[in-house]
Amino acid sequence: MPTPVLMPQMGESIAEGTIVRWIKKVGEKVDRDEPLFEISTDKVDAEIPSPVAGVLSAIAVREGETVPVNSVVATIGDADSVAVNDGSAGVDGSTSDETDGEAVPSVTAGAPAAHADTSPAEPANGHGTDDQRRAKSSPLVRKIAKEHNVDIRDIPGSGIGGRVTKHDILEFLDHRPASPAHVPGTTGHVPAYRPGESVEIVPLSVMRKKIAEHMVLSRRTAAHVHSVFEINFQRIAQLRDRHKAEYERQGAKLTYLPFILKAVADALRAMPVVNASLDGDNVVYKKDINIGVAVALDWGLIVPVVKNADAMNVFDLTKAVTDLAGRARIKQLKPEDVQGGTFTVTNPGIFGAQFGLPIINQPQVAILGVGAVEKRVVVIDDAIAIRPMAYLTLGFDHRLIDGATGDQFMSLVKRQLENFDPVAV
Amino acid sequence: MDSQRTLLVRRLGIVPYRDALELQRSLVEDRKAGRVADLLLLLEHPGVITVGVKSADAREHILATPEALQRMGIEVIETGRGGDVTYHGPGQLVGYPILDLRPDRCDVHRYVRDLEAVMIDVCGRLGVTARRLAGMTGAWVDTDRGPEKIGAIGVRISRWVTSHGFAFNHTTALDAFSLIVPCGIREHGVTSLEALGVSISRADLEGEFVRAFADVFGRRAAEAA
Repeated sequence: MPTPVLMPQMGESIAEGTIVRWIKKVGEKVDRDEPLFEISTDKVDAEIPSPVAGVLSAIAVREGETVPVNSVVATIGDADSVAVNDGSAGVDGSTSDETDGEAVPSVTAGAPAAHADTSPAEPANGHGTDDQRRAKSSPLVRKIAKEHNVDIRDIPGSGIGGRVTKHDILEFLDHRPASPAHVPGTTGHVPAYRPGESVEIVPLSVMRKKIAEHMVLSRRTAAHVHSVFEINFQRIAQLRDRHKAEYERQGAKLTYLPFILKAVADALRAMPVVNASLDGDNVVYKKDINIGVAVALDWGLIVPVVKNADAMNVFDLTKAVTDLAGRARIKQLKPEDVQGGTFTVTNPGIFGAQFGLPIINQPQVAILGVGAVEKRVVVIDDAIAIRPMAYLTLGFDHRLIDGATGDQFMSLVKRQLENFDPVAV
Repeated sequence: MDSQRTLLVRRLGIVPYRDALELQRSLVEDRKAGRVADLLLLLEHPGVITVGVKSADAREHILATPEALQRMGIEVIETGRGGDVTYHGPGQLVGYPILDLRPDRCDVHRYVRDLEAVMIDVCGRLGVTARRLAGMTGAWVDTDRGPEKIGAIGVRISRWVTSHGFAFNHTTALDAFSLIVPCGIREHGVTSLEALGVSISRADLEGEFVRAFADVFGRRAAEAA
């Protein structure tokens, strides 16, 4: 049953209220008593909690509008009715039942298990699809099938009820005729060169192959969306100038990166959905905040991980990043140094890029690309000023994170970088 | 009445605005969860201009350029209270009541009128006649130049727990207000106890506020250790 939300009477003499902000967006879940919107009346701003648990299904009064007390300002629908929407990629729930049935398994098929290289877990998949075997194969098997462009229905299953096991699919792949789709970073059916064309053929390095596989897997898996924010680095530049010498005395080079990591770690703590993974039909919220930092190497790229970054101040972060990047360049990273990342920061700006549109590092759901910090002419309070500016891009997986959420995350990062608390330096 | 609720008074001295925001945020949560009693925080901020969430025009009510503000060490901070733009600085007595208005005071207008009453009451005890000005929240004093504001109000309420509150000009350097259009009101000026020729120590003034506040809100005041 949809429940109408009314403009509350915040006092006897109050006849109307102005909505200043919707805390929840349409389609978002809300708990009973969770703040839903803010109203303003005569020097008072009040947060109004939701009368019931459910999903905000419609907003009738926009921000800035004033309506009489007891007007309907929004509608809250059943939580159950939206469970279906959560599973499908559809945003407005306009997909029909049939397409839902198809869409759900194919989305999960692409979803990487959070623990992809351990043994396959029981599939948490109870959808009434017409193909039982496909529904019953584990996320790992489905992932392998997807990666190798194989239809699971073509594989004889030896598991319970004809289920295709990991062994079955690996066997199948080993014995099937060489297929063009087997090449990492497949070029599809377009030949890479014509006979007689002047070329040199060099086998891919192991690292290159892994990167290729991983990037294509990510592109296939995640519904990538990118959002670019421009950030004023004036405050960070000041703090950096102030502390540079002091850091140098302690053997550390202070760059913009640790400030960004600090802001990101805090924003991740505030918004757990960005520090998560998708595992089949489940969201896996990661309790630790481990930020991978992409390090460019002459022979490729590696992403060592700063563990528990949220517990560090700027100095700790500086040390951690310097240590990891240094060891990456002399090939001294240990396996655990590159595992367990829950979010990634990459820095195309060091090569001069204004901004990048990075690919998500699976099984994470978001990645931050940092563009070059450079002085630009900007307008601040109607005055022209010169400020060190940079574009930061969030690449995020729209299956889990909507635009509003991604932008809210970026707003937090922006706000913190532009008002950085010197205590954390 | 013996059953009066306790009002715990905390005199915090000089607290940077952001720290006070953070403190209020956590105390509001504590108050909602019933971990603390009603509180009255009394404090003073280093120079800062704050902008309420309500007004899109609020930034236009800052008259100084960002460069000038930076030279003066005055930060501009957006904040979650009601109201437009205001200035806080040395010599101002800032009061942040963290009250649960339930069960009997769930009326935002009444709360604002009560805060006005506290400031008007304190002024009265010090021989200054302050009053309300219709449609312009705050405590106003009539001068040769017309009504001038001595105390401003900006409040946030979340599930009937209050935060932010009032700012009363004790010895505030009034020229700082020329940086802004206080509360977006252009036609009236600002005053302070000092400008009105009243001399009182900070501690005594805080004492007056505690007494008046407890009186108006029917609370029994206790000083926090």
